[in-house]
Order: sequence, then structure tokens, then C-alpha cells
Amino acid sequence: MGETIVITSGKGGVGKTTATANIGAGLALLGHKVALVDADIGLRNLDVVLGLENRIVYDLVDVAHGHCRLKQALIRDKRFEGLYLLPAAQTKDKTAVNPEQMREICQELKKEFDYVIVDCPAGIEQGFRNAIAGADRAIVVTTPEVAAVRDADRVIGLLEAAGLNEPKLVINRLRPKMVRQGDMMDIEDILDILAVDLLGVVPEDERIIVSTNRGEPIVQERNSLAAEAFRNISRRILGEPVPLLDLESNGNLLVRLRKMLGLG
Amino acid sequence: MDLWQIVNRLLSRSGAGSKEIARERLRLILVHDRASVSPELLEHLKRDLLQVISRYMEVEERGLEIELASQEDTVALVASIPIRRVKRAVKVAPV
Repeated sequence: MGETIVITSGKGGVGKTTATANIGAGLALLGHKVALVDADIGLRNLDVVLGLENRIVYDLVDVAHGHCRLKQALIRDKRFEGLYLLPAAQTKDKTAVNPEQMREICQELKKEFDYVIVDCPAGIEQGFRNAIAGADRAIVVTTPEVAAVRDADRVIGLLEAAGLNEPKLVINRLRPKMVRQGDMMDIEDILDILAVDLLGVVPEDERIIVSTNRGEPIVQERNSLAAEAFRNISRRILGEPVPLLDLESNGNLLVRLRKMLGLG
Repeated sequence: MDLWQIVNRLLSRSGAGSKEIARERLRLILVHDRASVSPELLEHLKRDLLQVISRYMEVEERGLEIELASQEDTVALVASIPIRRVKRAVKVAPV
């Protein structure tokens, strides 16, 4: 029996869908069978981020209403052995599925897959309640900004009220240079305020935009710190104690100079 | 603050880093967000408070008032608890 993990954030635009795609692909690269579920009905994105938008025949709503079997709606990602996508419907709205149906679908998927990763829509309305209904644990994605952390705090409260205790935090789009200059909240500031455990920190990386343009998860790229961060997050989900990335060691001359001078 | 930060701050046109501002604003926002508690929670808190205080003194239960008062930068728990009688001998468990 597998496990269902919901990836949520409250605020939109913090990189939830990118995180879902890369964590899912990362777990698949580590040899696990993974089903990604796009719970953002009416505004589906996960298919596009994964580059699978042209292969959709059936979707989550079709499965929930019995228009097709679950297996018919699952799209196999040919690039990642063991990675599958259950896309959201684009033409319906959030009321087309209820929490009970989501719970059943997740339960069904868990029989076949090691991990079921649910990409939660932004907000805390019905779409959120649907997405968390079948989850065993939760990941909250935030960025080092006041609005994003505030929404993360609200979502953590709602997750705990729903029985999803101790959600884990991913801090996305951290800019080490700005942190160093005192112009961005650092990891400790955020953890201190939210009082949750850290699952990983993903640095801002332009290559994420390139990989999203192409519809390819970045996670298998070798020269990207963000990719490495996502690989580490996947390993931590499996329970491996992977140390945090040294975000300073990206070969920047100034950084190396600072290190040499003992200012690092 | 290490030397590097000081140098950075001197070089940056904006003066002090905006991180401190962000952190302080966030702290205040969350104090207010988290203070909007449900009446149900307040009712539980009232009951627990009564239980604890009754160990030390007799209180007038009906006169008890409790609320969260928010001011600009703080939220305070304000409780008004009329006391009938303070107990003469109180058994206190060793701390």
C-alpha cells in the first residue's frame, strides 16, 4: 500500500506545480512507482509542466463520475520509468468532484503506486478541501516573501485542523545573494515563524523556466542547484537524512573569494 | 552582523536590508491572523482558566469575561475574573 502526499501552499505562484512535477519525477528516478494527481480542476497546469498536455484523453472528473476506468485516465510519462499523471479536467469547475470521491481515487491509486502526489490548487476553498481529502501527509511550499509565508501559516493551521499533522516545508526560490545582503528572509527566519520542519530549500534558478518552457522536469539535470535540491527533497521523503545544499558553492568568484577571506 | 554584511550595507543604496522589515511585518501580521480564534476555542480556554484559578481562589463564574484585545502591534488576552474568596491554604505541587 502506497502513501498519498498533498503539495499545497495557499498562495498561488510559489512553484507548487513545478515542485510537484520535480518531486514526483525525482521519486520515480529513485525507482518508485509514482502517480501525480492534478487536483486543480478548471485550471490544469501539471500536464503542461510535464509536457504531457497532448496525451490527455480522460481526466480526474471522468474517473470520479465513472466515465472511464482509473487506468484509462492515467498517462504514462515515457521519460521517467514508473511516473504517471492523472490530469485535472479543464472545462469543469471545482464542484465537479467532492472530497469523498477524491478519497476513493487516492485509495485506489495507493494500491498500485508507492507514492500518490496531489498538486493542490491555490486557495483554501473547496479545491483545497478536495485535494487534501485523501492525503496521508502534506508538504507546504512557500517563498521567502511576507504574503507567501502568511498564507503558508494559514494553510498549516487548516491542514492540522484536518488531521494532517506536522506538514513539512519547502522554501522555494531562495536567492542566497539577497539573503546575504539582508534583503531576503532566510531559512531560519521562516522556520522560526512557522514552527514546522524543513523538507528542503530550492534556490532560484533560471533553468527552471527553460525546463518549464520545454515541458521537462529539471530534476535529472546535472548542473542545476535547483535540480539537486529537488533530488534531495525526494530522498528526504523516502526518509534518508540528506544534509541541506550549500547554496553558496555555485562557483561564483566573489563567493569563493569571501570564503578564502573567511567571511563566508 | 559580520564584516561582510556591514560592508554590504554601506555599499547598498537602500540603507538597511529590507529583510528585517519583512520579518517584523510578517510577525505582526501573524499575531493578528492567529488571534482571530473561534468562539468555541475561547469557551474552552475559559473553562480551563476557571479550573486552574479555582485551585487558588473562589471565583464568580458568571462574571467572568475573556477576550483578545488587538492593538497596533500586540494582541493581549484580557480576562476579568471576579473573585469571591481567596483560599487560606493552597496545596501547591512542587515545581
